[in-house]
Amino acid sequence: MKVIVDMDRCQDHGQCVFSAPEVFRLDGAGRLEFESAPDDALREAVEEAADVCPLQAITVED
Amino acid sequence: MRRIVVVGASLGGLRAAEQLRAAGHAGELVVVGDEPHPPYNRPPLSKEVLAAEVALDRVAFRTRASVADADWRLGTAVTGADLAARVVRLADGTEVSYDGLVIATGLRPRRLDAPGQDPGAGPSRHVVRTLDDAAALRARLKPEVRLAVVGAGFIGCEVAATARTLGADVTVVAPESEPMLRPLGADFGAELRRRHQRRGVRFLLGRTVARFTGTGLELSDGTSVDADVVVEAVGSVPCVEWLEGNGLDLSDGVLCDGALRVEGRPDVVAVGDVARFPNPRYDDVPRRVEHWSIPTDTAKHAARSLLGENGRPFMPLPSFWSDQYDLRLQSFGAPALGGGDIRLLEGDLSEEAVLGYHRDGRLVGVVMLGCGGSLPRYRKLLLDDTRVPTS
Ligand SMILES: Cc1cc2nc3c(=O)[nH]c(=O)nc-3n(C[C@H](O)[C@H](O)[C@H](O)COP(=O)(O)OP(=O)(O)OC[C@H]3O[C@@H](n4cnc5c(N)ncnc54)[C@H](O)[C@@H]3O)c2cc1C
Ligand code: SF4
Repeated sequence: MKVIVDMDRCQDHGQCVFSAPEVFRLDGAGRLEFESAPDDALREAVEEAADVCPLQAITVED
Repeated sequence: MRRIVVVGASLGGLRAAEQLRAAGHAGELVVVGDEPHPPYNRPPLSKEVLAAEVALDRVAFRTRASVADADWRLGTAVTGADLAARVVRLADGTEVSYDGLVIATGLRPRRLDAPGQDPGAGPSRHVVRTLDDAAALRARLKPEVRLAVVGAGFIGCEVAATARTLGADVTVVAPESEPMLRPLGADFGAELRRRHQRRGVRFLLGRTVARFTGTGLELSDGTSVDADVVVEAVGSVPCVEWLEGNGLDLSDGVLCDGALRVEGRPDVVAVGDVARFPNPRYDDVPRRVEHWSIPTDTAKHAARSLLGENGRPFMPLPSFWSDQYDLRLQSFGAPALGGGDIRLLEGDLSEEAVLGYHRDGRLVGVVMLGCGGSLPRYRKLLLDDTRVPTS
């Protein structure tokens, strides 16, 4: 699974972090960091993270 | 279930369709929506989309592949339903029968009920709910244009901020004593007002619109406001007319039980802004919640209820944000329930701050002005509240 975040859109809301903390985190300065090729076992959590992103900045590819 | 019909094709309807698939519904899915566009995100409509023309694909929702095979009937309104016969009627005259029904018709803006507007005369009147509304308003928001925003809730405040940033001359008119008074309280409202005022927005508070005139508005205290454009941001009305005649309680949205089932109808659920449901996190009073997080949360739960699962009790933590100028306001929980006991938890309102809203001494909501770094901590505090029933 491939995770892509459109960093032009992301406004560091951090909602994705709550849904999939294994994949998304905010660094010390509150900026988003993420794992771009997470394990497939995390798919539902990643889909959920993409759902809850207010800017709809996250895409998930196979 | 053979066929599930979803009425309303915005955030709630889309997420319901996706969650029905995720929960195992392999039968037919029909999604009917009266807007011509595929589901798109509304929050940008009072922000980025009002500030500049934005392509539809910038605001369209990401959709899961699982709903590509749904029958999307866009640009078609549902005009009626017979819940006993399990059928909905569409504006084009066709009827669609269902085994399960999802109500996701959301809200439409309330209009000002003030006399004096001749068609074509006086200021141009707008609301902001749809992409088409935002496009029509944007076309009028030239620098120097005189804009009157009626209503000082979050949509009114956001429109004022965006228009001011574009160089419009902005006046906000509202009956309350401060903007966003009901959800946030007087101190927060006053601070928000000062920040708008510093950027040149004028406030005429504590009064209502008496009538439209040829040059703008006349207010309840006799003040006249010159305006080329008027935005009516005076709240919303649930879109439930199509459900009339079925004996439902439609007094404020669609009344649901704690599993989002429409009372007495195990084959009908409601999601999103239109659903009135109890949240045992707070009490057993059913309420509608107009927050972006709610369509997704309700869809997930309602899809499973519709498919016959008796899941865990539904007790979402509502969350909301608002962007005005460079300010980010974030809210978690139900601050409106704790408006009688507001405490400063962190920072200083004139800069960045976190306020806690308490009911009977218990923290029920947190509103943050900036302070983004503290968000996970306060969210966890609300989520971990041991007074929340867990079974
Ligand atoms: C301008 C604006 C800014 C916002 N900003 C924020 C924000 O910053 N933060 C935040 O948390 N929330 C914000 N919100 C709120 C958020 O967008 C809503 O909570 C969310 O859109 C609700 O989704 P919904 O699917 O329940 O309802 P809606 O989005 O209202 O969708 C209902 C859909 O059903 C359709 N429909 C209605 N009746 C019928 C019918 N009879 N037949 C067929 N279709 C029908 C409607 O046309 C609409 O497409 C904002 C809302 C607006 C309007
Ligand atoms: S939720 Fe969206 S906007 Fe927020 S940090 Fe994650 S990707 Fe960025």
